[in-house]
Amino acid sequence: MEILIAIGILGGLGLAFGLVLAIASKVFYVETDPRLDQLNECLPGANCGGCGYAGCGGYAEAVLKGEAPIGKCSSGGNECAERMAEIMGAKVEKVERKVALVRCSGAKHFDENGVQTAGAKMKGPYEGIEDCLAASKVAGRGPLACKFGCLGFGNCVAACKYDALKIVDGVAKVDQEKCVGCMACAAECPRGLIVPMEYGKDVIIACASNAKGAVTTRACSAGCIGCGLCAKICPQGAIKVDGNLATIDYSKCVSCGLCATVCPKHLIADAKIRNDEDPIPAANKN
Amino acid sequence: MSAYVQSLLGILLSAILTENFILVKFYGICPFMGVSKKTDTAIGMGMAVTFVMAIASAATWAVNNYILVPLNLQYMQTVAFILVIASIVQVVEMFLKKAIPSLYQALGIYLPLITTNCAVLGAALVNVQKDYDFLQSVVFGTCGGLGFTLAIVLFASVRERADKSSCPESFKGFPIALISAGLLALSFMGFSGLKIF
Repeated sequence: MEILIAIGILGGLGLAFGLVLAIASKVFYVETDPRLDQLNECLPGANCGGCGYAGCGGYAEAVLKGEAPIGKCSSGGNECAERMAEIMGAKVEKVERKVALVRCSGAKHFDENGVQTAGAKMKGPYEGIEDCLAASKVAGRGPLACKFGCLGFGNCVAACKYDALKIVDGVAKVDQEKCVGCMACAAECPRGLIVPMEYGKDVIIACASNAKGAVTTRACSAGCIGCGLCAKICPQGAIKVDGNLATIDYSKCVSCGLCATVCPKHLIADAKIRNDEDPIPAANKN
Repeated sequence: MSAYVQSLLGILLSAILTENFILVKFYGICPFMGVSKKTDTAIGMGMAVTFVMAIASAATWAVNNYILVPLNLQYMQTVAFILVIASIVQVVEMFLKKAIPSLYQALGIYLPLITTNCAVLGAALVNVQKDYDFLQSVVFGTCGGLGFTLAIVLFASVRERADKSSCPESFKGFPIALISAGLLALSFMGFSGLKIF
């Protein structure tokens, strides 16, 4: 008899809760737009955050509500934008491909005796936590003589979901073919060295040192000293020197490479060659 | 009345520190190890557990006292409580989705994980063992959840640092996490015997 009561009570409880769940699913039913799922399918689903929304789902919702324009997904590219536009019945906006640029050229080179020949100098050996943020908090703004340069512990490498970054000779390098421009790495860099740049530009100035020329020269063999020779020779007026640092305006630059021939620090160079070799001025590459 | 308030404060202290669910009683180790890689997710998980534990304590207290005890079915507590907790979590999930979407976004992915969490079931069973009344049960459930949050957030912070530090190759990853969990539990042993009154 007792076992029957137990079965009855538990069965009754189960039934009651089942009913409550069934009613609740009707009462609390939330209508979702079928287009939301379609939009989600178009997006790469990497949740990189490059669009400025919390993941692909957040962006899809914003597009659906009309709060965000189509074509903010740099990782999905034009194809993704076209499919999204088709679903929303809107016009396609061309996606400009962006890639990350690490503004440091201080790759460290040593001769056979272990004496440093080029690159950013260290103040001394560093034996702390192997992490850019931790190293940048060491007294005197880190172990690197340059206050702006890449620390080379690879926080950006860890942040990259596309395997587009690697540390070469102590400085992070971006593989432009793999980079989708989500800029997840930029948020991790304690130096704020990584900035978005248009894809496929040949001439780049990869330095972030605002220090005076003499200070930069003491800290690194490949730092911009703000001499202004590049700005003077540029026929397009695309280079401007501001705060001891030269920057290129890519809307004017025609990739002639003249600036690279005059740079006394051999800092201005061809992006494609720079990925795996020593600083070579773009004009000398042939 | 003041004796009752004292008992509530005693429950609060014991649930958070001296009898911490994870580090002293070893309930809910699964989410403790699984969701503690990042402090952000640890906080989300802790909040979800606190929320569910408080509601589950109240509901299981009612089921126990109004259904199981009058019918002499206390031996069915474990089964009945699992049923109650699982359904409550489901209803709460649906309710949040409709009524408070922002909270659903924050807790949503953690809620289904908690359905059969032994820390929640443990809270319900301890309530019965210790013969707590309704208010005491709810306080115990809430504070147990807060203790869970404290432990998992502390542990996640330790893990984040341990990941960055250099440690012997064979200890990397999970082994060093288990050792740090042990050390954390050891430090919580220091709270044993702590009393307010």
